[in-house]
Amino acid sequence: MTDRVLIDEGSVPKLPNHVKLRFNEQRKQWVVLAPERLLVPDETSVEILQNCDGEVSVSGMIDVLAEKYNAPRDIIGKDVIELLQGLADKGFIVT
Amino acid sequence: MSESIKPSTPQTDTETGDDETPVVAMDAPLALLAELTHRCPFQCPYCSNPLELEAASKELDTAAWCRVMDEAAEMGMHQVHFSGGEPTLRKDLEELVGHATKTGLYSNLITAGGTLLDEARIQNMAKLGLEHVQLSFDDIDEKNADHISGYKGGHKTKLNIAKWVRDAGLPLTINAVCHRQNIHHLEDFIQLAVDCGADRLEVAQVQYYGWALKNRAAFITTPQQLDEATATVEAARERLKGTLVIDYVIPDYYAKRPKVCMGGWARRFMNINPIGLALPCHAAEVIPELEFDSVKDHSLAWIWENSQSFNKFRGTDWMPEPCQSCDRKELDWGGCRCQAFALTGEAANTDPACDLSLFHEKIFGMAAAEALKPPPEFIYRRMGAKFNTPH
Repeated sequence: MTDRVLIDEGSVPKLPNHVKLRFNEQRKQWVVLAPERLLVPDETSVEILQNCDGEVSVSGMIDVLAEKYNAPRDIIGKDVIELLQGLADKGFIVT
Repeated sequence: MSESIKPSTPQTDTETGDDETPVVAMDAPLALLAELTHRCPFQCPYCSNPLELEAASKELDTAAWCRVMDEAAEMGMHQVHFSGGEPTLRKDLEELVGHATKTGLYSNLITAGGTLLDEARIQNMAKLGLEHVQLSFDDIDEKNADHISGYKGGHKTKLNIAKWVRDAGLPLTINAVCHRQNIHHLEDFIQLAVDCGADRLEVAQVQYYGWALKNRAAFITTPQQLDEATATVEAARERLKGTLVIDYVIPDYYAKRPKVCMGGWARRFMNINPIGLALPCHAAEVIPELEFDSVKDHSLAWIWENSQSFNKFRGTDWMPEPCQSCDRKELDWGGCRCQAFALTGEAANTDPACDLSLFHEKIFGMAAAEALKPPPEFIYRRMGAKFNTPH
């Protein structure tokens, strides 16, 4: 049994092997596929999920998004961590 | 933004709410349920397969299944679930898994175990791109488990398989089939999933279709037992949050509103039975007014759009009252057609799980009364079984 994955700025998240981020050509849509589950992430979520490669830290993701959207870092940071924690609790993200 | 995709227990929808993605009626289906065979070494009396099982000689061949998967991917489907019967009895399972990988479909093996699924096959399928295994258990007590499944030694094969699946690096869902004859072991069942290193546990109370309906009196719990089980699951979810995902399927006999069966008739799933008939739901063959089309005669896309069986209960136009004026009609899509037919004799009737159904009180009162009597002997799932008493 493993402990609950807790996401903070220092976390380096990735998708576990059985979770796949794929672009469905027929639907022109990004999807996250997991055992008997399907997520249809919005545009921002896709950007974050594409960076969940086991190399980029949460802090790094927040920096990039804050600059790209010219938005306050603390607000972006809260949203990113909340999103990733939600995904982690459902088993879509590990660290 | 999430949806539940659950072929074995399509009624569960634990992920509804503000993040659910609406899917329009004629959008392409999300997943293909490939029932590769009705053959099975287990004889579980709660099986939802039809009472008339298809023989091996009539099963679709490898090439036909591969073509079906090609067409599914072309339609934009995301996943393929290999089920049965026991899909590991198909000698070409590895080939089918490999083909699913080629098409880009996310593949899931739904198995009950048995001796034909050995470590080498699991390793091989992992290499060929299999992405998930769902393994069902009958109980945590070996003797009772083998009694329920009618397969001496069956429980041991499941324990081995769980280990081999994890050793192969494959994610594992344990499906704990619960009912009055094992519900008192629920806490230990949850621990079994933790001990197996499962990623996900499905606590699935028996749903009453096919063989399970024949055996309802042997399985149905009292409302009190159900409440206790619900409390056990809720406590475990809190305790294991972030380490084990637990999905919970309750028997809708004690519900107030019906389940969202299959995500709505012909909205999300296509089920292909062992001989190639396309079904909107795996239990749909019980409904006599439906005409099924075969993948031998038509493409999946043609069937999805044109088959009488898919169009019969698609959307909301077919609904009589009280469904037609109900503000939930596009939430639960009228519940389950197969259950409505099996319990009321009319497939278009309101699902009697709904307390707005005129049949609700009578049928569920009957079930609750069954739960208080001593359980009858099982009628085991066997090919060519004869029944004395039509239910």
